[in-house]
Amino acid sequence: MSQFVDRRLSGKNRSAVNRQRFLRRYKSQVRKAVTDAVSGRKVEDLERGQEISIPSKDLSEPIFHHGSGGKREAVHPGNQEFVTGDQIDRPPSGGGQGGGQASQDGEGEDDFVFELSKEEFMEYFFQDLALPDLVKTQLAATPNVQKVRAGFVSSGNPANLHVVRSMKQAIGRRLALSSGPREALREAEEALEELMSAGRGDCIEADELRAEIESLKARIAAVPFIDTWDLRYANRTEKPLPSTQAVMFCLMDVSGSMDEKRKNIAKRFFMLLYLFLTRNYERIEVVFIRHHTVAKEVDEDDFFTSRESGGTVVSSALYLMHEIIQARYPTADWNIYAAQASDGDNWDDDSSRCRALLEQSILPLVQYYAYVEIEAEEPQGLWLEYEKVKAAHKHFAMQRILTLEDIYPVFQELFKKKVA
Amino acid sequence: MDREPTSPVPERKPLSEGSEWSFELLDLYDRELERVARHYKLDTYPRQIEVISSEQMIDAYSSVGMPVGYNHWSFGKQFLSTQKSYKRGQMGLAYEIVINSSPCIAYLMEENTMTMQALVIAHAAYGHNSFFKGNYLFRTWTDAEGILDYLVFARNYVAQCEQRYGEEAVEELLDSCHALMNYGVDRYKRPSRLSMVKEQQRQIEREEYLQSQVNLLWRTLPPKQAGGQEAAAIRFPAEPQENLLYFIEKNAPRLQPWQREIVRIVRRIAQYFYPQRQTQVMNEGWATFWHYTLLNHLYEEGKLTDGFMMEFLQSHTNVVYQPPYYSKFYPGINPYALGFAMFQDIRRICENPTEEDRRWFPDIAGSDWVQTLDTAMRNYKDESFIAQFLSPKLIRDLKLFAVVDDDQKEKIEIAAIHDDAGYRAVREQLADQYNLGNREPNIQVYQVDLYGDRSLTLRHYMHNRRPLGGTTREMLRHVTRLWGYPVRIESVDQQDKRHLQLECEV
Repeated sequence: MSQFVDRRLSGKNRSAVNRQRFLRRYKSQVRKAVTDAVSGRKVEDLERGQEISIPSKDLSEPIFHHGSGGKREAVHPGNQEFVTGDQIDRPPSGGGQGGGQASQDGEGEDDFVFELSKEEFMEYFFQDLALPDLVKTQLAATPNVQKVRAGFVSSGNPANLHVVRSMKQAIGRRLALSSGPREALREAEEALEELMSAGRGDCIEADELRAEIESLKARIAAVPFIDTWDLRYANRTEKPLPSTQAVMFCLMDVSGSMDEKRKNIAKRFFMLLYLFLTRNYERIEVVFIRHHTVAKEVDEDDFFTSRESGGTVVSSALYLMHEIIQARYPTADWNIYAAQASDGDNWDDDSSRCRALLEQSILPLVQYYAYVEIEAEEPQGLWLEYEKVKAAHKHFAMQRILTLEDIYPVFQELFKKKVA
Repeated sequence: MDREPTSPVPERKPLSEGSEWSFELLDLYDRELERVARHYKLDTYPRQIEVISSEQMIDAYSSVGMPVGYNHWSFGKQFLSTQKSYKRGQMGLAYEIVINSSPCIAYLMEENTMTMQALVIAHAAYGHNSFFKGNYLFRTWTDAEGILDYLVFARNYVAQCEQRYGEEAVEELLDSCHALMNYGVDRYKRPSRLSMVKEQQRQIEREEYLQSQVNLLWRTLPPKQAGGQEAAAIRFPAEPQENLLYFIEKNAPRLQPWQREIVRIVRRIAQYFYPQRQTQVMNEGWATFWHYTLLNHLYEEGKLTDGFMMEFLQSHTNVVYQPPYYSKFYPGINPYALGFAMFQDIRRICENPTEEDRRWFPDIAGSDWVQTLDTAMRNYKDESFIAQFLSPKLIRDLKLFAVVDDDQKEKIEIAAIHDDAGYRAVREQLADQYNLGNREPNIQVYQVDLYGDRSLTLRHYMHNRRPLGGTTREMLRHVTRLWGYPVRIESVDQQDKRHLQLECEV
């Protein structure tokens, strides 16, 4: 009879390692496919799996095989009309090969297609990306930890001595150690009682019993009330606090010149940054500030959908951002990132004010400030002023985006991992 | 169908109704199958049947049927493509995985119906299993008891090497070895038994010994003047060597001891799978014949329901379907179809021989079919099996015809068809088609330039003027990576004329 084994619950990911190796080996192809996919996808859609196809020839495992030519003989089934000696035209494209060969090379033409899971897709998307000076130096040096209770241990310092636990332990030990003598004591006392009631309290037996009772009592009394191994100490372990929280400011120009298409590009830019932050911080808050001539903090829907018209005063948004930081996000607790998108339009005399604001109030507070100028015909006043800022500050970056396909490369450029 | 008359129709008492399976039912069906298998004198290794999920089945597929394997990206590639086609429903994961080991391991997928489970048990645990145990190639070339241990040894060894020398170095080496896997087989020598413990002990000794041997070979100082003439005349190797991986393992000048060991591992695994490549038609035909015969036997005893048989026959029919050559789904000859038809046909010749059968098969016509099939299973491989047993009737049934495609002629020619004049030619041709020596280019180690640039020359002995395919250059790079010095390949035709010459520098 056969042995049946239920293996359903034992590991099912035996191939996980091999799968990872495959992906690693074809990293460049997979990443190219991911890049293509990202530029074609909707933003809300970003976090899902992707079908990846790689040309088969890139990942062939070669073997020695016969090429076409020479004399080949083959047997096939299903003859209908042929008789011996018939001469037939060659079927096109080498179809006349023997069956074995044909199936061996048959798949050579198609791409190799497979599914990338959502996690894998996002990992590829974010690979090699890390924000510069990611965590504040101070946080990196001494990670915040919290002491949390974690049961009891038998060694510790006196301050942590847990009296109740220790006494419980002592009671148990005393009971265990004295139960034998107690039993004997009870029996001896009963025997003595019997003798007494029989009026033979003075006989030798009774004296012996009395002596035994005395010695048993002494033994019971000798069990220590509390001993060193009864001691229990409260245990505490250090649990790292989710110290990494970040706030991301999204600043966008919603003046008349920002049309739907530009907003869409900006939206993708923000979303990509947001997704990236979610990989690196446990908790992220997002503040949306839109502005035309005046700035306003809004929720996400309003941020992307509302239309305003009129002129543009960029500094209004910067003022508001500064206020919000002061009021709600002390830099000791928050990593602050800012992303600004605009079409570059601004009141002429406002641009220099923006520069001053950035350099004096905002840049000292933030980890990173990214500015993208979307579909600007030529560098505008704001761009020229910002260029001066960029020259002086390492954590300020700016890019121009022209088409949808530019987004991913721009993103990579902005947040390229720094080579140590 | 079992043709033995079962005169009093037995009362139908099916083992189970409905399609749900349970471990109790598996056990019940297995006992019944075992009883019937014993009735037909099937001799098997102990059977271990593992119930697994579809994901685990994909895992099993992607490690090319090795229950334990070392890690390599190519298995990941296999996994991804299997997973993909399974998810899309392009393939059912059914009964293909069975391990030639003792105990013989077969897999049942939890999603399958009771019918499919019984089919798989009959096919794999009794059919393939008895083939593994009985066929002379498997008996000679594989070691069912030792293989699991050896695979464990191989996996651990490769993992160790990865830790010591880096994943990349190991991966490159394995790539090259895999490319040459088909040329890592001894065709005539019997390999020694596998055992993990011995392997581990010997591995260390071997490492030192091998290295010293290689050093000996390459230690040669420039030949002295007096012996100069003589030295140049010494050919190394003295005879061409067909086992490229073996030659490399023993003689490649630059391989590290651990690299030699990995070459050896790939070589031994290739050797283990070699019989399977030579007995596709027989092995699948045998297993299919027996699942068909065993289940029909149970049905005639009244132990299977009609519904069971309908489901079983549908699946069986799909497996043995042979599309004709003009179908757009024609993938070549289906080994299940050919093998099954041949075993059925041999049984027919034994039980109800015609006058023609008596002329063609005087030895077996009218003999005991169980005995005859057993002999056929034990002593043949695809090539000789077809050459021996393909009958004119089967050639007619399958409408087989032979084609010659000669690139020096304008048209292809029908060499023979299923008629009196053609039976032998078709049979010979088909047998030839299963000769691995004809399917794969015949490439051998020809010469090593011991006293010069240490280059290695491979020789491709052409058959029917067939040239090497487009991968040759790439393959040469793999050989060069293993050899460490320049490698040349030349194609030589039957008249000893050289055709192709390629060289790959380090």
